Amino acid sequence: MTTEAPQKPTQSGGMRFTNAAANYIDERTSISGLVKEVGRKIFPDHWSFMLGEVALYSFVVILLSGTFLTFFFEPSMTEVHYEGSYVPLKGIEMSAAYASSLDITFDIRGGLLMRQVHHWAALLFIASIGLHMLRIFFTGAFRKPRELNWFIGFVLFILAMAEGFTGYSLPDDLLSGNGLRIIDGMVKAIPVAGTWVSYLLFGGEFPGTEVVPRFFTVHILLLPAILIAALGVHLLLLVINKHTQFAGPGRTNDNVVGVPVMPVFAAKAGGFFFIVFGVIMLISATFTINPIWNYGPYDPSPVSAGTQPDWYIGFADGALRLAPPHLDWIIGGYTIPMGILLPLVVLPLFLAAVAFYPFIEAWITGDKREHHILDRPRNAPTRTAIGAAGVTFYAVLWAAASSDLIATHFKLTIEGVIHGCQALLFVGPVVAYLVTKRVCIGLMKKDREIALHGFESGRIVRLPGGEYIEVHEQLSEHERWRLTSFTDYKPLMIRPNAQGKITVNQRLRAVASKWFFEDRIAPVTKAEIEQSHGDHH
Amino acid sequence: MADDHGSTAAGTAVAKVAPASAGTAAIDDTGLVNPGEPEHRLRVTDLDPKKERLAERRVSGFFFLSIIGSILAVVFYVLFPITEEAPVESVRISTLSLGLAIALGLLGIGIGAVHWAKALMSDVELTEMRHGTRGTEATREKAAAVFTLGNKESGFTRRALVRNSLIGAVALTPIPAVVLFRDLAPAAEPNDLLRHTLWKKDVRLTRDPSGTPIKASDVTYGSAFHVIPEGLEESEHYLEEKAKAAVLVMRLRPEDLIESEEKKDWSYDGIVAYSKICTHVGCPVALYEQQTHHLLCPCHQSQFDVSDGARVIFGPASRPLPQLPIAIDSEGYLIAQSDFREPVGPSFWDREKN
Amino acid sequence: MANKVERPARTTRARGRRHPLASIALIAIGLLSTGGVYALATTSAAAESTAAIEAQVDEGQKLFAANCATCHGMNLQGTSEGPSLIGVGAASVDFQVGTGRMPAAATGPQAEVKPVQFTEEQTAALAAYVASIAPGPAIPNDKYLQADGDAAAGAELFRINCAMCHNVAGAGGALTEGKYAPSLKGVTEAHIYEAMITGPQNMPVFGDNNLSPDDKANIITYLKFLDDNPSPGGFDLGNLGPVSEGLFIWIFGLGAIVAITVWLTARSN
Repeated sequence: MTTEAPQKPTQSGGMRFTNAAANYIDERTSISGLVKEVGRKIFPDHWSFMLGEVALYSFVVILLSGTFLTFFFEPSMTEVHYEGSYVPLKGIEMSAAYASSLDITFDIRGGLLMRQVHHWAALLFIASIGLHMLRIFFTGAFRKPRELNWFIGFVLFILAMAEGFTGYSLPDDLLSGNGLRIIDGMVKAIPVAGTWVSYLLFGGEFPGTEVVPRFFTVHILLLPAILIAALGVHLLLLVINKHTQFAGPGRTNDNVVGVPVMPVFAAKAGGFFFIVFGVIMLISATFTINPIWNYGPYDPSPVSAGTQPDWYIGFADGALRLAPPHLDWIIGGYTIPMGILLPLVVLPLFLAAVAFYPFIEAWITGDKREHHILDRPRNAPTRTAIGAAGVTFYAVLWAAASSDLIATHFKLTIEGVIHGCQALLFVGPVVAYLVTKRVCIGLMKKDREIALHGFESGRIVRLPGGEYIEVHEQLSEHERWRLTSFTDYKPLMIRPNAQGKITVNQRLRAVASKWFFEDRIAPVTKAEIEQSHGDHH
Repeated sequence: MADDHGSTAAGTAVAKVAPASAGTAAIDDTGLVNPGEPEHRLRVTDLDPKKERLAERRVSGFFFLSIIGSILAVVFYVLFPITEEAPVESVRISTLSLGLAIALGLLGIGIGAVHWAKALMSDVELTEMRHGTRGTEATREKAAAVFTLGNKESGFTRRALVRNSLIGAVALTPIPAVVLFRDLAPAAEPNDLLRHTLWKKDVRLTRDPSGTPIKASDVTYGSAFHVIPEGLEESEHYLEEKAKAAVLVMRLRPEDLIESEEKKDWSYDGIVAYSKICTHVGCPVALYEQQTHHLLCPCHQSQFDVSDGARVIFGPASRPLPQLPIAIDSEGYLIAQSDFREPVGPSFWDREKN
Repeated sequence: MANKVERPARTTRARGRRHPLASIALIAIGLLSTGGVYALATTSAAAESTAAIEAQVDEGQKLFAANCATCHGMNLQGTSEGPSLIGVGAASVDFQVGTGRMPAAATGPQAEVKPVQFTEEQTAALAAYVASIAPGPAIPNDKYLQADGDAAAGAELFRINCAMCHNVAGAGGALTEGKYAPSLKGVTEAHIYEAMITGPQNMPVFGDNNLSPDDKANIITYLKFLDDNPSPGGFDLGNLGPVSEGLFIWIFGLGAIVAITVWLTARSN
């Protein structure tokens, strides 16, 4: 039984139209159910929760600008002679892909703008995914029930990097062409099948005429489709699990405190989309990115000083630069280029550690409860320190990719920079781990101090006995709650199982658990607070 | 925070539905209770109607700026075309004006909407209860019943042959699809191609890209010539052949050149020719330092010593650059004595095999 | 024959008749006088220009002795501190001194651009002196320095021969052991030509049989095009490629956006 939506007697024309339209749609789609469920859904409001949105919105910008570009780009490596406006390339032989990219730049109004929007948005997309991942990691938002979503997010990260790489290789310019040359060299290094895989990828000998059209298909069809599907699941899980929130007064593991979708969150999120788009547009209007006209068409003979991939591939390029020389192994007459295989193996291991971290930590803690309250990074010292070590490892590899630019800008030798990075690769993460863990524990101690004794108010009081003390101002109950409400874990005690044995799994868990939780600061208890009140004035 | 404590009156909905093991979590009762939400603080726009109207004007002001921006973008599109006389400059102006105008159009809406939300919309924080993610026992029983019933009605677990043959069939269906992609690679065997370049006996060394032959007397001390084989221009696979045949020719004083016995006659009067394709991953090794006789690859900083057989002296490369044996012909032009005696470029599996 | 009175041997002339040698004498006198005047005139001009050149070379020698001989030897033969300059040519001197590289602050493989120490006349004097000791590459003819050649041909040559050290846009790049190839922005046409032909420090020599004078003129045309045409995409971040672009997006792009998120989620007052 459906009735028309009840109408108030005096309504403006706009209201009447909206009611009629809503009624029309609801009678055909049941949309009122969705509106009821989602319309006043609560989203917690913290700036660090918006990083995922930055990624989402820059992806939308990429899709929009990319669609424009596909109307003008020719994904073909057929040789043509350039007849466009840019004088220093007139008459030069180049692929149709490069020529059409030049035409977009110099002969289509808004073409260069759209190219720059597309590329700047891509850089921002992957950077914001990285920052978003770091936020999730350091606040423990990947814990149950969100482990799967972390994994999907990791997959999105890899897909985004692949999109970027295939994308910037499309114009077939000297810089990206040399990047493809490097990929070909790496692929050829794979034992047994390397040359054949290289042949498969390039449709023959490098560079061939197939790689740009193939990358085009991958870049505008395959990867975006998979990305959008994975993104859909990612967002669906976010809606189902609801967003996490930081601890605070009134916030528990069982509720969400924040603003409703309609109207506040929609206005802020919608407005934020336009802001992200606008910032990208502002940057693209004023800063050059990927000046393909300077590089010239790809040719295996010339090369530019300062040949680097886009930033998100930097860690892989840096790994190649840091491998020591003379690492070709010849075994039984077969060549195994360890200088290339080492990075090719170490990097996926690192990425796997990132992808599976939630499961590793869940195994160590054995905690199977749902977690909807976020950790402050300091309250999980070992996890935060591991994160710092991982970031340092990644950053050293990334820095190594710009070794020649570091050398020229800081008046160093390239040899010194590379040797320095090689040492830092091992020393850096260890130092970062140790320092970060101590800093976290120190901050926890400070929080404890403040929770128990309040903070220094700056007022000095002289007691009747002549003693000078500084008055500490106690925290309000609300302020103190933030400092004292965190999950505390004890190291695992080894116990024999039902058969009376202690399994290897148990022992490993105990070792890991001890490493994670032996150094810990327990949260302040009510008894301690009351006692401290007794001690103070 | 201990999960079972400090929750609001509604009770631990999550914990009740999912009584999960807490692992090694220390569930000591700290005794502290969640004090509940702090008092809501009113904003100036809530208290002062003048401020509220000011905020409204600001919000609509931003939206008007956006309108201006969008209109300006269209105006600039028409006003600043790309001209023939100053193509680069006119593209600069067009990009800048269009981009700034569109940015104004976008930022106006964005900042206006956010300001509206912050200053004027209700900022009271609301609370919504979560449901446990795990379904209730009743729901799960029903779900389990669905599967049980489906299993009973289809006989999936019972009919082993049916089930196993289905799994086999579904597993094998994608295989043809994978196999279909084999023709992404050409039919021919790639390894042979890697071992041969356009260089052969008596092929002249020519300048890149003009293709003019080079006389030995042209190559002065301290110079570096970028070289391609004669006839490359006519090749059907110009770039593919160039990617193997690119060569660098340099002249050193004969006393500076260290040459092994077998390669003593590969140079000519101090003129040496080396493959330009880096043995690391294939970039052009092109940076020649005429005083140090070092060759630097800009991609990963491998360094080769030209005075000593182009051996690796730094960086991730593993093997020296292959040397092209050269001589001169009757007119004094530099020619190759033969092809490279080893495959050029990066290492691959059966590189050492013939 | 009857005995004639012995005439004196052709010393007297019969009246009314020209002496047979008269025309020869006239021609001789004419030639000698015009030739003589001409010779006189040119010798004085040559003497002037020779004198000017000698003065320049002298001046150059004095400057050299005072500023260069310590490292390069009084006879340009070189010492342990600096290489021989015999045969380097006026082009070398014009480049090294004209860009301020010489006199070098210290011996070493990298001579960097620094404030120019000599005036143009002094630089020319030094160049003339060095060139007078032994022949070498000369200061290039003006017609190759007009930047009116083929920019496309020049760009192609630049990418193949120069970009690996100097970067495709001439922004400069790293060499081994702390050396570097400098930026080419704003370098004069003459200095570009002279660097190519003399191969300063570790730069290879690009003789006229490697890159012809027209090739060099085309390369100069391309470099001047780059100087005259700033990037149509906006600020070029130093033309250093993806590294500066990545740094920019993390520091300024993400930085600005994170700042905006902090504003967005902050409570309104």
